[in-house]
Amino acid sequence: MTDLTRLTAAETAAAIASGETSAVDVAQAHLDRIAAVDEKVNAFLHVDTEGALAAARAVDERRASGGELGPLAGVPLALKDVFTTEGVPTTCGSKILEGWKPPYDATLTRRLKEAGVVVLGKTNMDEFAMGSSTENSAYGPTGNPWDLTRIPGGSGGGSSAALAAFEAPLAIGTDTGGSIRQPAAVTGTVGVKPTYGAVSRYGLVAFSSSLDQGGPCARTVLDAALLHEAIAGHDPLDSTSIDAPVPAVVEAARAGATGDLRGVRVGVVKEFSGEGYQAGVMQRFTESVELLRELGAEVVELSCPSFTYAMPAYYLIAPSEASSNLARFDAMRYGLRVGDDGTRSAEEVTALTREAGFGAEVKRRIMLGTYALSSGYYDAYYGQAQKVRTLITRDFEAAFGRVDVLVSPTTPTTAFPIGERADDPLAMYLADLCTIPSNLAGNAAMSLPCGLPRGRSAGRSPDHRPGDGRRPALPCRCRGGDRVHRTLGPPAA
Amino acid sequence: MTVIDLMPYEDALTAYDPVMGLEVHVELGTATKMFCGCSTSLGAEPNSQVCPTCLGMPGSLPVVNATAVESAIKIGLALNCEIAEWCRFARKNYFYPDMPKNFQTSQYDEPIAYDGYLDVEVDGETFRVEIERAHMEEDTGKSTHVGGATGRIHGAVHSLLDYNRAGIPLIEIVTKPIVGAGERAPQVAKAYVAELRELIKALGVSEARMEMGQMRCDVNLSLRPHGQEKFGTRSETKNVNSLRSVERAARFEIQRHAAVLSSGGTVVQETRHFHEDDGSTTSGRIKEEAEDYRYFPEPDLVPVAPSREWVEELRAGLPELPRVRRMRLQADWGLSDHEMQSVLNAGAIDLIVATIDAGAPADQARKWWMGELARRANEDGTDIAALPITPAQVARVAALVSDGSLNDKLARQVIEGVLAGEGEPDEVVDKRGLKVVSDEGALGAAVDEAIAANAGIAEKVRSGKVAAAGALVGAVMKATRGQADAARVRELILERLGVQG
Repeated sequence: MTDLTRLTAAETAAAIASGETSAVDVAQAHLDRIAAVDEKVNAFLHVDTEGALAAARAVDERRASGGELGPLAGVPLALKDVFTTEGVPTTCGSKILEGWKPPYDATLTRRLKEAGVVVLGKTNMDEFAMGSSTENSAYGPTGNPWDLTRIPGGSGGGSSAALAAFEAPLAIGTDTGGSIRQPAAVTGTVGVKPTYGAVSRYGLVAFSSSLDQGGPCARTVLDAALLHEAIAGHDPLDSTSIDAPVPAVVEAARAGATGDLRGVRVGVVKEFSGEGYQAGVMQRFTESVELLRELGAEVVELSCPSFTYAMPAYYLIAPSEASSNLARFDAMRYGLRVGDDGTRSAEEVTALTREAGFGAEVKRRIMLGTYALSSGYYDAYYGQAQKVRTLITRDFEAAFGRVDVLVSPTTPTTAFPIGERADDPLAMYLADLCTIPSNLAGNAAMSLPCGLPRGRSAGRSPDHRPGDGRRPALPCRCRGGDRVHRTLGPPAA
Repeated sequence: MTVIDLMPYEDALTAYDPVMGLEVHVELGTATKMFCGCSTSLGAEPNSQVCPTCLGMPGSLPVVNATAVESAIKIGLALNCEIAEWCRFARKNYFYPDMPKNFQTSQYDEPIAYDGYLDVEVDGETFRVEIERAHMEEDTGKSTHVGGATGRIHGAVHSLLDYNRAGIPLIEIVTKPIVGAGERAPQVAKAYVAELRELIKALGVSEARMEMGQMRCDVNLSLRPHGQEKFGTRSETKNVNSLRSVERAARFEIQRHAAVLSSGGTVVQETRHFHEDDGSTTSGRIKEEAEDYRYFPEPDLVPVAPSREWVEELRAGLPELPRVRRMRLQADWGLSDHEMQSVLNAGAIDLIVATIDAGAPADQARKWWMGELARRANEDGTDIAALPITPAQVARVAALVSDGSLNDKLARQVIEGVLAGEGEPDEVVDKRGLKVVSDEGALGAAVDEAIAANAGIAEKVRSGKVAAAGALVGAVMKATRGQADAARVRELILERLGVQG
């Protein structure tokens, strides 16, 4: 009998639609897999067994009664614990939200439910999505299924690990500076950061509002495209959501699978190489670029000089917005409350709660942002960073005048050992060096597997012009690529 | 309690020149809140009109209320402001439990309306108040501090929070420094707020009821020696919530500042609380350093960019503005400035207009509202508009008088009956039997009786002393319990006695 956890999402949906298997059997197989391996992986913060089985039953019943099934009906999914789920705990990896059951579903959650996707549970993450290793979770680190002593990336390490460990064929991440793509790169999975505004942020607990973007994570490009079409689209509850039809990315993914890249112009970003880039990563990356050329693409090297300033600009803008977004955690209306013994003022209770409820990295960024927005510093920090943002956008525009797609390594190194960078925030921040420019400019980007340097995964990150759905599947047939898992079998877990 | 030194008002003005700044917050009368779909109606159970967005729940997002933007533009246009082609909201960051997000979504350096003015009348003269800006923001929730003596947070044992108000759209209208008002500064302040309230009501964007907190005023005031260019240090008196209080607060602060300055002291830059009972202000929070709100553009909202076509459409649709309307009505009704002022002071203008619209002649409408009804409102200590009588009912009374069914005395009784809840004017007439005796036969008999009973007077009249007929008229009126038409009675008497009136 087929191991249901080894199927792609597209295969799973087809098997359910044809009656070859049932959604309940698929859900149960994944719940069993989670029960078997997640104690070691720690991908999930909360497994919603009842909710998952009920959703699966509903899909089976709809099929039995002749109802129409969507393209992902019955497919299990691991949801990053940063999207609200009505009645199901939502912690954002933070103690300050421990035990909070939101009274409402995020738009993305609602769309998944409407599509018949079976949400298995909520995945681990760096607290409030601040981090690149998932070590900043208040609920312990997640292990990389390829090597449990190493990080699965972050902030969405729970989602990427769930995919790599075959606990779910689909997952949702959020990408503020690389939190979908970098975990994908270090776990050999596919992660897409959609164009800013493509996927509603309503119900996505905000880290940095102008950068946050939810998006699909999967083991294949087609699965990621299917998931994107399920979650994307205009939402009147999110003023920044794009009011235009969703690009036909599934069609593009299928077309891209032919491997014919004639007429496609590929730009290699010069700034993302050199010192700090692991040799094996660069080797696999170079091989992938060579493969693109073999498949007919015209490859040029080009420069995006402002990208050099992306990291400092990001570390002013994101913490500034975070310092304001996280102000609402004041112990008054929900979540943790510390020190309320009848003798303390509301102000004191708020301070004690925030002291106890936030982790070190969150506090660091709140302080950074508070400082950057202060009167007298605003122009020098936040204001300047916004100007850099404009320059980066112009660099992208100039580059897209010459090429159709930009490529670079997703992250300079492969998965590093848990604890290695825990005390060195700057080293940790470098993991997002190549991914941040897309967030600042708002354009779409994705990470694809391109091989396993010394047994670990390295990703490659093509950037796309904003809103352009025509070529997202471009490099889906690179060496290794989709077939990494097939050929190498289950990882360490 | 510390005694606050005050300088006599005239002395203060002799030495110093007051400079004022007025900040008025208006709660818009939109059906829903500024950034979510919750109801804005007053008086609901605490925390019953809330949702994830106005409670600041994690993940929730704001969406701008288009009607509120429209209202803001209308206010801006009516205040002769420029309307921004493109403007944003900003976040004003500070912690307070009644603010769900711990930041207020407000406009900061890009207001929707700016650089306007409002002309107000003081003692028959026009004074132009320059408007700096009008911007959109959201209200906070409401804290109720329990256990303290004053209802303020100091001394309270706990506080209750009601978020029904959180997110209600507010427009904040800020004046430029008001200079040159001199001794009339307090009057100008009051006239400005009154005029603004009329304007807001005329636009239909808010009921602007100050007693309900729908309109709140902060009075900023400083003094400078005559001839000095530089402004002095200001105090900010918060939440002055009636027209009279605005005037009193400005006056009190002028006297207080003058006392401080003349004794060689320095005015502290601080917020002050106004006390309705004695018209004084007391120190609130001292602003040791300017509070740092860490403003930055609200990333959850897209810019507001009203098209010029829309703005012009709204401009064309503005109603007649209160000051223009008042001038028109005064001319139509032929009133002196003083008479018009009385009508305005009584708050009767809309009632009179409505009564005229219901068919009454202007003089009659004004007579009843400014006479009987104004007196009654004054006696009861209520707003004239709150009297339980409608303009249509007053118009009906006026009609009954003009067709001779009622005389003034009876009409007053009918009004009294309506106010007492006895029904429509016609019902009161029936129930109380107040119809003028117009039966010529019955009236003729009463006249004959009166002549017979007062032969001496009748003789005087016959002999040409027509004025003496008044006593006979009085007798008839008495006999008919006032229900006769006095003019007709007089006619009948003169007719009977063979004299010309």
